[in-house]
Amino acid sequence: MLEARIRRRIGVLDLDVDLRVSSETVVVGGPNGSGKSTLLRLLLGVLRPDAGTISLDGRILFDGAIDLPPEDRRLGYLPQDYALFPHLDVQANVAFGLRGKDRRERASRWLERLGAAHLSARRISALSGGERQRVALARALVREPRALLLDEPFASLDPEARRDLRGSLREWLRTWRLPVLIVSHDVDDAGVADRIAVLEQGRIVQEGTAEQLRASPASPFVAGFARSQTR
Amino acid sequence: MKVRAWDAAQLGAVAVAASFLVLPVAALGLTLRWEDLLAGIRHPLLWPALRLSLRTSSTSLVLVVVPGSIVAWWVARHPGRLSRAVETILQLPAVVPPAAAGVGLLLAFGRRGLLGPWLERRGIELPFTTAAVVLAETFVSAPFFLQAATAAFRRIDENLLIVARTLGASPFRTFLELAIPLSAPSLVAGAAMSWARSLGEFGATVLFAGNLTGRTQTLPLAVYTAMESDLRAAQALALIMVTFAFALLLVLRRMIREAEHA
Amino acid sequence: MPWALVAAVQLTVFAASSLRDAFQELGRQFGQENPAVEVAFNFAGSQELRTQLQQGARGDVAAFADQPQFQALVRDGLVGAPAIFARNRLALIVPRGNPAKIRELGDLPLAHRIVVGDPSVPIGSYTLRLLDAASARYGAGFRKKVEDRVASRELNVRQVLAKVRLGEADAAIVYCSDALEAKASVETIPIPAELNPEATYPIAVLRTSPEPRLAEAFVHLVLSDQGRAVLARHGFQ
Repeated sequence: MLEARIRRRIGVLDLDVDLRVSSETVVVGGPNGSGKSTLLRLLLGVLRPDAGTISLDGRILFDGAIDLPPEDRRLGYLPQDYALFPHLDVQANVAFGLRGKDRRERASRWLERLGAAHLSARRISALSGGERQRVALARALVREPRALLLDEPFASLDPEARRDLRGSLREWLRTWRLPVLIVSHDVDDAGVADRIAVLEQGRIVQEGTAEQLRASPASPFVAGFARSQTR
Repeated sequence: MKVRAWDAAQLGAVAVAASFLVLPVAALGLTLRWEDLLAGIRHPLLWPALRLSLRTSSTSLVLVVVPGSIVAWWVARHPGRLSRAVETILQLPAVVPPAAAGVGLLLAFGRRGLLGPWLERRGIELPFTTAAVVLAETFVSAPFFLQAATAAFRRIDENLLIVARTLGASPFRTFLELAIPLSAPSLVAGAAMSWARSLGEFGATVLFAGNLTGRTQTLPLAVYTAMESDLRAAQALALIMVTFAFALLLVLRRMIREAEHA
Repeated sequence: MPWALVAAVQLTVFAASSLRDAFQELGRQFGQENPAVEVAFNFAGSQELRTQLQQGARGDVAAFADQPQFQALVRDGLVGAPAIFARNRLALIVPRGNPAKIRELGDLPLAHRIVVGDPSVPIGSYTLRLLDAASARYGAGFRKKVEDRVASRELNVRQVLAKVRLGEADAAIVYCSDALEAKASVETIPIPAELNPEATYPIAVLRTSPEPRLAEAFVHLVLSDQGRAVLARHGFQ
């Protein structure tokens, strides 16, 4: 379970969030500038909260006195457009997070599990958007993270690939039963979620299943975001 | 302006610029007789100077590139007033005339310089030594590398660095295994510019390190010294130096192109 | 004063580095006598001046620190026969306080760092002549011992002088005129007269001079009693 009660002021944004993600997929939706990427950076440990606590499966990641660096947080991260390392091939990308002599074999096994073994020797520039997503997922999962953070996972894909991948990503995420936090401004991404939290101007204005949000939306943005579930 | 006229203006500017920049270099070769070139190759000043130039400029290259990469990384990753100030200071040697740099180096590291007594107590002597040549070359050439490296490091997508951290890489490993290879073409280009600058360094060297064959007389100083007695010898030495530098430029350009397309 | 550059006739004198202070004073005197004329100097090692002139540099007067370089100009038809206007001797100088404790020429190998002129410039070739003559007196290894201590061979005499003034060199060989010029910051150690080579300074009007009469007037000033007095005050004979 990923738990965060954090506050951070940065420029005009005053972010104050209380969020719990158990073994489920939570989509944090919100318009641009609502504080979504700031939230991710705070959770990852590249930005320091002014106050609050972050814990993962009961282990403190941040509480003012403790501030674990990103490499010790056991969080998997898929940034927008996946940030694959362009100077390494697919296998080396996946093996980046592994140590030991057998790192290449272990990387290959993970690629296999995600149905991407055939990409192993490819250069990153030769991959399609969907393939990139799969490789990035494999790269994050080899570290056996305790939670997964995804930033706009479909933004860099064309509409058709988006539709296909939302389906398969949902399947994969169910398989691993990890706490997954997806940040998105795209109403259509709500379809991947077990639960939706809507962030506006640094606060979570409403939280619940798509049905709950649809039934009584707290704001026009919430109404729009929850509606997409039916598509 | 009409498109035609603009096209002609561009072509004209390119032609004038290219021929102006090529002419003096070409003149070195075109006006030299074959026997003069041979005499230049056999000139007693050439080989000691060439060896010394290679030794000092490669040492200064290491002194610039290794700490320089770390400094450039710090500057690039720390937005703010302090790092901007540091960046400006680091660019200073690029605008200081080399002769002024030579005087400054003497007044800083010379016997009666600011650090003179301190150095003397430790038995360190810098002026008129090969170390002084390296110091002068490092001083004048550092900004070229620092600028290229800082710009390259700034262009790296921050998400790559964050992902690397989440994959267990320490900040140092992130720097070594991501930042350096991702910026390699720019780093090589910056290092090449910096090397060319220290290979051609004259003003600061002649003032701070003096002029002694085999110890402080680098190629440019040998050209200048040969000029005192014999223009043809100076010309031959200059031509050899230019050929050498040009070969270096071609090799490095090829390396950069390959790195970019790899 | 840009208007002066436009209005005045400019007279350009190519002069050896060692003449800097004496000639600047003469230039001021010449300017007072000829207010419409501005005297500009190009000071450098005589070799460099020779090369510049052979490569077509324009000027009015040439004054060098040795004869062979000047003869090259005569051969090329760039100047007529020169007049000798000054003589100079070499001086052994040390920084004030004499850190290497040098009392006479024979002590020169005691110096930790010696700076001399490069043999391709006159001060350097005179220095070699001095060292060879000294080797006859102090032993055959003298020149070698001195050369082992040489830290730099500078390309003009003023750079040699500067290294002693800065205290960077423990000893150096320059002209007497330079030693006199810098007497506030350097000490002069006498060199036995019989070992000390004499430098002779030739001067002539350049054939390419656009103002030959003015150029001639400047040469006259240098050769006159007034000119000799100025040169003597700056340590020339």
